[in-house]
Amino acid sequence: MKIDHSLPLEYSTEQSRLRILGFWIFLGAEIMLFATLFASYFILRNGTGDGPSGAEIFEITPVLIETLLLLTSSFTIGLAVHAMRLGNKKAMMAFFGITLVLGLAFLGVEIYEFAHYVHVGAGLQTSAFTAILLTTLGTHGAHVTFGLFWGLFILIQVKKSGLTPETTNKSFIFSLYWHFLDVVWIFIFSFVYLKGMM
Amino acid sequence: MKLKRALLLAIITIATVLTGCEPLAVLDPKGPQAEVQANDIVMSIWLMSGIVIVVFAMLAYMLFKYRASKQKKDYEPPHIEGNIWVEAICVGIPVLIVAFLSFVSVQSNYKVEATPPGYEDKEPLVVYASSSNWKWHFSYPEEDIETVNYLYIPTDRALEFKLYSFGPITSFWIPQLGGQKYAMADMVTTLHLAADHPGEFMGRNANFSGKGFAENTFDVTAMSPVEFDEWVEEVHKTADPITEDKFEELLEPGHLGKMTFTGTHLDFKPAPEGENSGHQHHHGSNDDEEENHDNHEENEDHENHEDHSDHSGH
Amino acid sequence: MEFFERFAIPHPSPAIYASMVAIGLVTIAIIFGLTYFKKWGYLWREWLTTVDHKRLGIMYLISAILMLFRGGADAIMMRAQLAAPENKLLDAQHYNEIFTTHGVVMILFMAMPFIIGFMNFVVPLQIGARDVAFPRLNALSFWLFFAGAMLFNISFVIGGSPDAGWTSYFPLADNEFSQSVGTNYYMIAIQIAGLGTLMTGINFMTTILKMRAPGMTLMKMPMFTWSALIANVIIVFAFPVLTVALAMGTLDRLFGTHFFASTNGGMDMLWANLFWVWGHPEVYILILPAFGIYSEVISTFARRNLYGYKSMVASMVIISLLSFLVWVHHFFTMGQGALVNSIFSITTMAIAVPTGVKIFNWLFTLYKGKIEVTTPMLYSMLFIPLFTIGGVTGVMLGMSAADYQYHNTMFLVAHFHMVIIPGVVFAMLAALFYYWPKMFGFMLNEKLGKLGAWVIAIGTLLAFMPMFFSGLDGQARRMYTYSESSGFGIWNMISFVGALGLAIGFALIVYNIYYSFRYASRDIGSDPWDARTLEWATHTPVPEYNFATMPQIESVEPFWDDKKNGKKLFKDKIEKIHMPNNTGIPFIMGVLFFIWGFSFIFAMWIPLIIFTLAIFGCMAYQSFENDHGRYISVEEVEETENKLGGKR
Repeated sequence: MKIDHSLPLEYSTEQSRLRILGFWIFLGAEIMLFATLFASYFILRNGTGDGPSGAEIFEITPVLIETLLLLTSSFTIGLAVHAMRLGNKKAMMAFFGITLVLGLAFLGVEIYEFAHYVHVGAGLQTSAFTAILLTTLGTHGAHVTFGLFWGLFILIQVKKSGLTPETTNKSFIFSLYWHFLDVVWIFIFSFVYLKGMM
Repeated sequence: MKLKRALLLAIITIATVLTGCEPLAVLDPKGPQAEVQANDIVMSIWLMSGIVIVVFAMLAYMLFKYRASKQKKDYEPPHIEGNIWVEAICVGIPVLIVAFLSFVSVQSNYKVEATPPGYEDKEPLVVYASSSNWKWHFSYPEEDIETVNYLYIPTDRALEFKLYSFGPITSFWIPQLGGQKYAMADMVTTLHLAADHPGEFMGRNANFSGKGFAENTFDVTAMSPVEFDEWVEEVHKTADPITEDKFEELLEPGHLGKMTFTGTHLDFKPAPEGENSGHQHHHGSNDDEEENHDNHEENEDHENHEDHSDHSGH
Repeated sequence: MEFFERFAIPHPSPAIYASMVAIGLVTIAIIFGLTYFKKWGYLWREWLTTVDHKRLGIMYLISAILMLFRGGADAIMMRAQLAAPENKLLDAQHYNEIFTTHGVVMILFMAMPFIIGFMNFVVPLQIGARDVAFPRLNALSFWLFFAGAMLFNISFVIGGSPDAGWTSYFPLADNEFSQSVGTNYYMIAIQIAGLGTLMTGINFMTTILKMRAPGMTLMKMPMFTWSALIANVIIVFAFPVLTVALAMGTLDRLFGTHFFASTNGGMDMLWANLFWVWGHPEVYILILPAFGIYSEVISTFARRNLYGYKSMVASMVIISLLSFLVWVHHFFTMGQGALVNSIFSITTMAIAVPTGVKIFNWLFTLYKGKIEVTTPMLYSMLFIPLFTIGGVTGVMLGMSAADYQYHNTMFLVAHFHMVIIPGVVFAMLAALFYYWPKMFGFMLNEKLGKLGAWVIAIGTLLAFMPMFFSGLDGQARRMYTYSESSGFGIWNMISFVGALGLAIGFALIVYNIYYSFRYASRDIGSDPWDARTLEWATHTPVPEYNFATMPQIESVEPFWDDKKNGKKLFKDKIEKIHMPNNTGIPFIMGVLFFIWGFSFIFAMWIPLIIFTLAIFGCMAYQSFENDHGRYISVEEVEETENKLGGKR
């Protein structure tokens, strides 16, 4: 495997450059996925049938906590990549770990939020609005869950084999993914919650 | 060579069959909207034939002239990158054609979506046409009449069909009077038509809606205003009133013959427009909702039963 | 017993029972044959675990041809049923199932793998790459496609076929009106295959953007590679829309949500919109690579460079953008009003301009050429007139007011068959004949090939031209029968004859393959067509590493320049070559997805959960696996090259 030392470690082999570009393209597809969900959400927003509307069920506190947790985790994964570039394995692993813990906390609050919705009578089957709301949030939540396992596996690999072209490449790609989920959340926060509560 | 002759023969056969037939329904319009559409269609067929002929001629010329068998053995085809003028023409002419067609298309769009010219003096006759598996229900609120699977219309008034469905998406289509439009469960669409002359026409659901789709047709009879009024009067004398129970019975999946009632189902089962539209918040129409739901379940039971009997029949 | 009842066919017929027996017998025969000839190991090592783009390409093609016959059988049954008025061959339910599966199979499981198969085989060779960017992902793409295709195909013997049309409009496709598991098959099988396609899109975009041989700038790429690049961009942006739509459909059917229901705030029109936001670009995913094939074939056999290279590229880019802006033309009649219809009418007709440019460029490529009509060229020359008929009728359909009369009629059916068959199917057949020698080391018989092309072209005309007339006479599509008095009989009879012609044409191709396999010469060299692009510059059969050394590219037609103008392509010395290892994971994941999908379709939740975990387990395994591939030594490469006739 040819290693180009003039580039950051995660870009240093041909294959890792391909992976990063491929992942960017994948994120392009993910943007379309969430864009479709958002478009459907705006179309079905008023389709509340006999069920509650957004304003009736949204609670600001858990949403703010979720936002705070996810934004912070996006910051810490950035720090992890920074530490990785400096070759500081320990700091990198620490920030990476904090990211995952924050992600887990986010997921916990989201599960509470879902339980709340079901409790107030806004389940998946209640109306088209609740269905698209829970599907959009659920798709994001499923991405976070997937990310948690993925991140954990990468963390284990970094611990085992250190900062190699392979592990740094994986970590970097994971950071792209995590930032992307954060961006999606910002859209959810502004267009689903804030708009819904107004 | 034999094959080419066979190809030619096939084309000639098609052409003869073509000329020997009655005029095609869509190109034999009996109303102003169908006429607009037929004119567009015929015009575009001529224009497109022109394009097809140009392409065929160019292809034939190239194939004839530049066949390897027609050239010297050592002929080396030149390298030609492209020519800005040739390509500009290849873009320019299609752009002109498309621009012209767009112009016609936009104009026709506004024509077919409005009361046809010449009919503005009288209020249009409003008919609610709703489909259920696999029937058409026509409600005349003004005349207070409801028919199943047939439609009587006067020739002196524009027609405004309010379309909706008690099931899958269907499409209301009377080819000789004008193009089709969808009937859907959660909203009402409007189709503007008019009949110029008395006559009988075929009408059908054009959008696939399940097992009974092929037979989901209705008969249309256009008649003079006098005859139409006579018919209305006669219906009021002879027909039974439509009741809610009766209507529920009619909605069950299956086929029915022609039927006539006084009154319309709109009184007890309003069309999904205005506050009854499926896309609005429901205010106080909860009862209706639940009723709908019950009906669906009944239908389902019925269908299950039917399937079962089919099964044993085989 | 109750557990097994769900797998029964709700609406059986002798034909379906016969198919069950046939499927059983064929499966037994295959298993027996593989065991008897001791081929299990070979199958596993060389094919099931392969990550070689050439072999995956061939597997895609085999699947596509199989599916062509499945979809073709459906087509013949439909045309036979409609050949005469009031025909009793099929009942309404069977007819509905057959046209639904015909549509899905032909578009998603025939045309798509045909296209992707050629992309797989040709693109890396055309750009001088050793493989695609992610060979293992490529294998996974294939096995997901294959799992989805097989899942969809067993529907008619287990649980019942989907019967709501290939468009599966809601609420017809909802539980209330489609009670069998058929539509579940539709939702899940297409979802699985779609995931595979999405991965293909990502893989090929990366490959084409990053792995071109030195010197091959974007504007020096062969036209097929260009078309593949653009088709893959469309895949990446269109398929996620389908993913969401299918997921929502699945939720509606299996979890009782109300996305597309007419009650509780749902909106049936949303499905139609989402479906066609994917569906229309999908058409261009199919047709653009077909255009690419024609560009290669026409340029090769006119013995000239492709005319107007830049405008060819520009027109494809414009088509790809417009393809996302026209979806409403699939339902002008939904009542969105004159303004919206006008906008979409104009965007739709605008597509005719770049498409016209391409037609003219092909015609001008013939200009001053030295045209040799081989079988691939014959298909291309038949494509131009037939596709023009299909294309101009498309413009007619784009006039929205007139579309109120064409919509849902046989006119529409005639139009899209006249576009897809000459456009896509002819291209695939042309490519099959064109690339066959590169794939298998012998040529298909030209005489039989040309005969087949003529029969198929005449069959196409006979089968679909009458539909324009019966459509204008008021025959709606998807009607399983019609009355004598409607006067549709004669048109449908001609169509039936045409369909038989098509069947004979395809049978001729199969016979041609058999005949050529037995009798064709194996001594054909590596460039039997005297072609112009890089895929012909390597040996036949293509060694697993494609090119021993990297070619140096200076023009659009590097191989032609190498042959005629003395510009050497291969200047480097042989070095050791890095190759990926084979892996069984993609195949295993394909099997897991198949069972996962099957459990989902029948709402068997416990197996569903188990197989979901198994799939994630495979991904985790993949994450931890440390496989850096292997090297082929210089000696080994030299030996292979010498065996194949010396290094280039």
